[in-house]
Amino acid sequence: MKAINRRQAFALGGGFVMLTLMPMAADAEVTGDAAKWIEKFTGGKQPVKGKISLDLPEIAENGNTVPLSLTVESPMTADSYVKEVMILADGNPNAGVATLMFTPLSGKAEASIRIRLATTQNVVAVAKMSDGSLFTEQKTVKVTIGGCGG
Amino acid sequence: MAEKPRLKLPKEAAKGEIIQIKTLVSHVMESGQRKDAQGKPIPRKIINKFTCEFNGKPVFSCTLEPAISANPYIQFDARIDEAGTFKFAWTDDDGSVITAEEKISLKA
Repeated sequence: MKAINRRQAFALGGGFVMLTLMPMAADAEVTGDAAKWIEKFTGGKQPVKGKISLDLPEIAENGNTVPLSLTVESPMTADSYVKEVMILADGNPNAGVATLMFTPLSGKAEASIRIRLATTQNVVAVAKMSDGSLFTEQKTVKVTIGGCGG
Repeated sequence: MAEKPRLKLPKEAAKGEIIQIKTLVSHVMESGQRKDAQGKPIPRKIINKFTCEFNGKPVFSCTLEPAISANPYIQFDARIDEAGTFKFAWTDDDGSVITAEEKISLKA
């Protein structure tokens, strides 16, 4: 085998980085554990993207407390309201984060919580409306210090 | 544990007004993922459920997983149609429940 020179080594390294980054760059499909949670929540139906605005920091310095706010567009009347919103983190040891249950008395489908993220990953929200329709939104959060192990 | 939950909401509101409620309760929220110095896993102990009722009617509730930060902070909204009492309850894994109450009146 021919020894590679410095320039080639750099090119190789660059290519490798590109490859490893690629699956993350594509708007990631929810995989593994998180997908199972979603299937259980939706009963196998495919949620549509939209209606939810998910507010998370792009970079979380401390994975132990990451502020998360979400709002779901809805009139929140007795006929039409947001029933449940499930929040998942697909890179945590357990994908589940929380399930929020709203009622027409909530007035607004809006909530904030603080979550733990083990590593850089996607946070997914799935909302179930009173008419059974489903919506989803996701956001990638880069985590500098993980918040699950110890 | 015995510490009182912290609540922040207005004392009075206009009829039909949507108010914001902030809650914070002191709790370790031990995830069950961590290990102690001997390498034994520390058992999970978290608040797994939070509910808020107004005059006996459910307003907001949520189920929580270990991925919720210690001292869980929960903020949500409520529509005020009448004067009454909010009841808050945090349920621990061990079955104990932390409760709190707050009254709200209508603006004259």
